[in-house]
Amino acid sequence: MTNIVEKLLTAIRGGARELGEAVVDTQSMRIFEQEIRDSKNGVAEAKEGLTEIVARKMAVDRKLNQLKEDISENESYALKALEKKDEALALEIADKVAKLEIENNELKQEALTYEQQITLLKGEIKRADKTIAEHERELLMVKTRESVQQATQSVTQSVTMNQSSIGTARESLERIKQKQQKEQDKFDAGVQLQKEMQDDSLDEKLKTAGIIKEKHTAADVLQRLKNSTYQ
Amino acid sequence: MSLLSDLSHQLSEAEVNGHQFNCLPIQGEQEVLRVEVSGLEEIPIFVTVTSTQILCISYLFTQQEIVTEKEAELNRYLLELNVPMPLSSFALVDEHYVIFGALSCGSKFESITQELIALATNSIETLQALEEFIK
Repeated sequence: MTNIVEKLLTAIRGGARELGEAVVDTQSMRIFEQEIRDSKNGVAEAKEGLTEIVARKMAVDRKLNQLKEDISENESYALKALEKKDEALALEIADKVAKLEIENNELKQEALTYEQQITLLKGEIKRADKTIAEHERELLMVKTRESVQQATQSVTQSVTMNQSSIGTARESLERIKQKQQKEQDKFDAGVQLQKEMQDDSLDEKLKTAGIIKEKHTAADVLQRLKNSTYQ
Repeated sequence: MSLLSDLSHQLSEAEVNGHQFNCLPIQGEQEVLRVEVSGLEEIPIFVTVTSTQILCISYLFTQQEIVTEKEAELNRYLLELNVPMPLSSFALVDEHYVIFGALSCGSKFESITQELIALATNSIETLQALEEFIK
């Protein structure tokens, strides 16, 4: 399978930017999507197969346990027959034990085969799941790039159509500066006003306390007039 | 795209941290929403919704607007700025230098407004910071 990301990069380098010029053609996208679907079906089948094998192995394990019990049971019978010096019976039981042991070995082999199959299948499923996830991520990247390309094309079109409403970067900069200057002026004026108001109220307090006098009062004027008349 | 018209309605009525959103839908093959964030309206944001994401893009300047001999320096500078800049990234769309942010289609409305304000703020601050590179 070709590396989609590599295709993307080649397409970008090659300048496949015009609207409608798909980065990866729709046909190969469809094939890719089909391949992902097939892989998913394959994994689903493998998982079903795994379940069946696990079930079979469980049945074999059960049988093995049963055999183990049977063998030890028959062994104890054989020992009891020997205790009673019944050689013939002991031999008969031993024969049965031997047969059970052969069956036991066969089943053990079977269980081992299932065990190996399970490990193998689990590994394959894990690998396939990883590959599918990778491919889905790649597909998402391609699709995202496609839609982003469409989106940016639309935006660029509307930007170029309304170029006058956006203006140049230099014009934007000037507008930003003007606004900031205006805000600064407003702020400075506010500070100035605040300061004046504070000064005023301090003056008022000082006057009330008699620390400073009103600079220009009627008494001052009268005094000045008197001074000019009697000089 | 109903998500975009829903967004347009919601934005028109929203006020976030003293910012309002002036929306203008632009019809076309792919619908685009032009958003001006009040107080930061010098650089509008263009919003599109794709199958996987909400894409917010601001156009900073074109290649032709850059002081020619400073282009390489600017490109390097932008790459270096890309990571420290909160929430937005730089990119080239054709000959346009853009600043953008991408959100999941499942984003909360608050995340979208936060993105728009951050993008508008970043755009204006970037343009001012890069003044020396602009003709």
